[in-house]
Order: sequence, then structure tokens, then C-alpha cells
Amino acid sequence: MSSPVTTTPPAKRRAQAGTTEAPWVRWTLLTIAFAFLLLFLVLPLAAVFVEAFSKGIDAYLASLRDPDAWSAIKLTLITAVIAVPLNLVFGVAAAWAIAKYEFKGKAFLTTLVDLPFSVSPVVAGLMYVLVFGANGWFGPWLQAHDIKIIFAVPGIVLATVFVTFPFIARELIPLMQAQGNDEEQAAIVLGATGWQTFWHVTLPNIKWGLLYGVILCNARAMGEFGAVSVVSGHIRGQTNTIPLHVEILYNEYQSAAAFAAASLLALLALVTLVIKSVAEWQSEREQQAARDLPPERPTPH
Amino acid sequence: MSAATTSVPPGTGGPAPGRARRARRVLPGFGLTLGYTLFYLSIIVLVPLSALLFKTFSLTWEQFWTAVTAPRVLASYRLTFGASLIAALVNLVFGLLIAWVLVRYTFPGKKIVDALVDLPFALPTAVAGISLTALLAGNGWLGRYLEPMGIQLAFKPAGVVIALIFIGLPFVVRTVQPVLEDSEKELEEAATSLGATRLQIFWKVILPSITPALMTGFAMAFARAIGEYGSVIFIAGNMPMVSEITPLIIIGKLEQYDYAGATAVAVVMLVISFALLLVINALQAWQRRHAGAPA
Repeated sequence: MSSPVTTTPPAKRRAQAGTTEAPWVRWTLLTIAFAFLLLFLVLPLAAVFVEAFSKGIDAYLASLRDPDAWSAIKLTLITAVIAVPLNLVFGVAAAWAIAKYEFKGKAFLTTLVDLPFSVSPVVAGLMYVLVFGANGWFGPWLQAHDIKIIFAVPGIVLATVFVTFPFIARELIPLMQAQGNDEEQAAIVLGATGWQTFWHVTLPNIKWGLLYGVILCNARAMGEFGAVSVVSGHIRGQTNTIPLHVEILYNEYQSAAAFAAASLLALLALVTLVIKSVAEWQSEREQQAARDLPPERPTPH
Repeated sequence: MSAATTSVPPGTGGPAPGRARRARRVLPGFGLTLGYTLFYLSIIVLVPLSALLFKTFSLTWEQFWTAVTAPRVLASYRLTFGASLIAALVNLVFGLLIAWVLVRYTFPGKKIVDALVDLPFALPTAVAGISLTALLAGNGWLGRYLEPMGIQLAFKPAGVVIALIFIGLPFVVRTVQPVLEDSEKELEEAATSLGATRLQIFWKVILPSITPALMTGFAMAFARAIGEYGSVIFIAGNMPMVSEITPLIIIGKLEQYDYAGATAVAVVMLVISFALLLVINALQAWQRRHAGAPA
């Protein structure tokens, strides 16, 4: 280190090292990351499909054609078709109220909207049992009017609505806060109605975030297990969703059939990831395009 | 929230109260959207939540205390919190590593890897549960090599940790990734020119700037792990006192129609969830201040 000849190369090396690591460090980190992702994400995903087809494609198709499987698929679809639009309307309304206005208690309201994320699904299911169950608040009244909510489809829908409650609102609130009110105010000043402003100004700005929230909400709605398991009653052919159907088959040691049903949900997860990634790339591209616009726009001809 | 107030009108100079009030009137729909939000929130969240609290108040203190401190329940707390903590710590380390690799390095298939990180959010928990069990059981792809070595993961508390690592993986990656992307390379260049080694730069420049995000991701993964049910019950073995998680205790009490006991344990979990939610909110506020300060 004392002679000037040897001091230059290490200094140079160190300057290069300022913004990245030595190649061997990079390779080590990449290898560890890949190994971890392979073990924890790729292998479990691959195992679902391999196990599902372990008894051949005929057994796979037969287990999906089973009437109980069919009714589970139908119930899962019905649940999602009801729960997702309900939370979509709520999410847009909540995001509009929270992002576009200032009012007292806004931080508290935002926390309340997030609350279902931190409640254990099992606790969520229990809460609905305590409200609508036979010994619950409305239990006697519901029984007198012959309405079944717990151990029936409405309970499953309600529990699903609860666990997917924040998804869309949470996606939209930061997005709409970042965009501010300028464009909407301009539209109103120019004479647009509130609805026109929403449809033509706000919605195009938030469409990718909205799509992202909806598909994540849908994935969770179709895949929810804990909360639905508490309120379902596990009546075959009536109150079993796909995840509950998977559980029953698995516990009966019908492994291939369980994984066949599970493969539908894994497929749903993959589709969800693809749509989500496309939505992200699209919104990035649009943001990039907006940034690339010259500060003074060319005069229209 | 004051930060949000001032950030809404960016070019207006000072936050004049009169102007803010007028801006509120310009956009229609405040009453409608807030009213609907509160109405829907009450029906879906607040009414069921109060049902749980009222049910708890119907218990005497002794009943409550006996239910939540039974030896089997205490053992389940130890497992749930212990396994969640270990899983969140593992995710802290590997989540940072994955976020680092995704932000700083280029490699083929990077977009696919990036998309795949969200798999635990999209894959239903029951599917993850049976799949991990199939991998780690004695005849599984991994279990058949691990068990001869004396490592048994499925149907043991270790299996619970594995399932919770899977569930919590995206949280740390997704909170740290944007912060790493925004971090300024100038700081690292400056540190290098002042003679710092790469390791010193990581500990003294990079790590402090991402600490709030790391802590937020860690707390989120931990909170999620504590309430997790679907992925765990298949792999845990569910032996009382050994590998039984707290949510399963609640299910067990419900199946015996012990609503009071189930409610008591549920309230304990709920209080912990609330506390964690407040911690996460505070961490996020810290993160926002942290991000705003040096810029």
C-alpha cells in the first residue's frame, strides 16, 4: 500500500465497488435468492399440478366432474360474484371520500378500513356466528322467520365480504391521493356533473389500480378458507366452496382428487398474477408517457 | 394527516383554510361517499366486532381468565407467537435479499420472478397448506431426502414455521423494494469516494435508509402469521400442547359449542391484532417522515 504503483488499482476497484458488489458476491446473492424462491414458491406450485395428475388425466377430469366438486365450484363463483362487486362499490366510495376531502377522523377511518386485514379469518367467522348464529343476536328472530345465514350460503358470502373488505379501497386510496383533485376540479369548473367527472376524469386515471384491486379481491374471495370454514357447516353439495372441498377430500386421503380441485385454485392464482403484472406494466408505461411529455405541450392543430 | 392536507394543493403556497374549504365544496359527493362508507363499514365490520365484545362482557372475569390461560391455550400462544416470530425473521432476511436482487441486479426472467413473489397473496392458503405438506411428508419430494437425515418438518412445529414463511414472504419484499428503487446512488458514490468499503456502505448508508420499510414489512408478516389458519392446519399435525395454533383452539371450542370459551380466546387474538395494527400504522408514518426528510 506504500508504493504509488500499488495504490492505484485498489482505489479504482473501490470506486467501481461503490455502486455494486464484487461479481462473486452478486452471484452468491442471486443463487441464494433463486434457491429460496425455488424452494418456497416454485416447488409448492409445481407439486399441486404434479399431484393433481398423479393418477392420470382421466382421474383428474373425473374428480372435477363429481357433483360435489361441481357444486363447490358453483358456490365459489356465486360467492365471488356477490362479494367482489359489493367491495368494489365500497372501495370506490371510500377512496373518493378519503382521498378527495379533508375531514376530522380521517386517519381513524382509514385504520378501520384496514382492520379486516389484521383480524384472523377464524375470529372473523366467529364474529358472524355470534351475530347470526342460533344463539346469536339475531338468531331467534332469523329462526322465527325461517331465514338461515350461518351454515348456509349467506353466511359464506358475508364472511367472504369481510375478509376481502379492504382490498380495493386500499389499492385506490393512495393512488387517488397521489393524483390530487386538480383534474376533477377543472372538470367541475367546466360544467361537468359529479358522475361525468367520475366516469371521464377519475376512472381513466385509476383504472389499472382498480383492476389490480379487483383481481386480488377476487382471488382472495375464491380462495378464502378460515372464515368460510367457521360459518359453512361443511354440508356436502350445499355449503362447500372449493377450498373446503379440497380439505374434505384431503382428510379422506383422496389426495389426487384434493389436488385436482386445488389445481383450479392454483390456476386462478397464476391468472391473477398475470393480470396483475400486466396491469402494473401498463400503468408504469402510462406514467412514463406522462413524464415524457414536454413541460409545455405543443399547440393542438 | 397534516402531511396529506398540505400535499393536496401543491402549488398554492400556504394552506389557506378558506381555500381548502372551498375546494371541498367544488367536488360533489362528499356526503354520499362518506355516508355509504360509514354505513357499509358498520354493517360488515363494526356490528360483528361489537357482537364479539358484548359476548365477552357476558363472561365473568374468572370465566374469561380460566378460558384464556388454560395450559393447552397457553401452549398454543407459545407456538403461534414463536413460529410467527421465527417466520417473520426469516422473511426479514430473505425478503431483503430478494428485494435487493430484484432492484439492483439484472438477470433473465426478472419480470417473471418479480411477479412470482406475489404468489402467496394469490394462492389460496388451503392449497399452499396441502402442497407444502405433500412436499415435506415422508414420501414427498423433499421429505424423502430430509427424513433419512433425521429432519422431520411435516406434522411438527417446524412445519408451522415453513407454512408461515410462505404466507409472509411478499410483505418484506414489497415494502422494501420501492424504497430501494428510490434510494439515491449519489449517497453511495459519495461514501465510496470518502473511502468506505461496500460492506460499510451497506451497514451505514443503505440499511438505515430502508430500516423503516424493513420494520413495516416485518410487522406485517408477523401480524399475518399470527392469524393464519388455512395453510398451517394441514402441515402442523395439530397435536394438543405441541403443534396446535391458537386459531385452531377457537375452532375446537366452536365445534364443542363452547361459544364463551371461543370468544374469550378470540378477544385475546383481536386485542393483539389491534396492537399490531397500531404498531404498523406508526411504522408507516415513520417511513413516510423518513422518506420525506432527506429529500
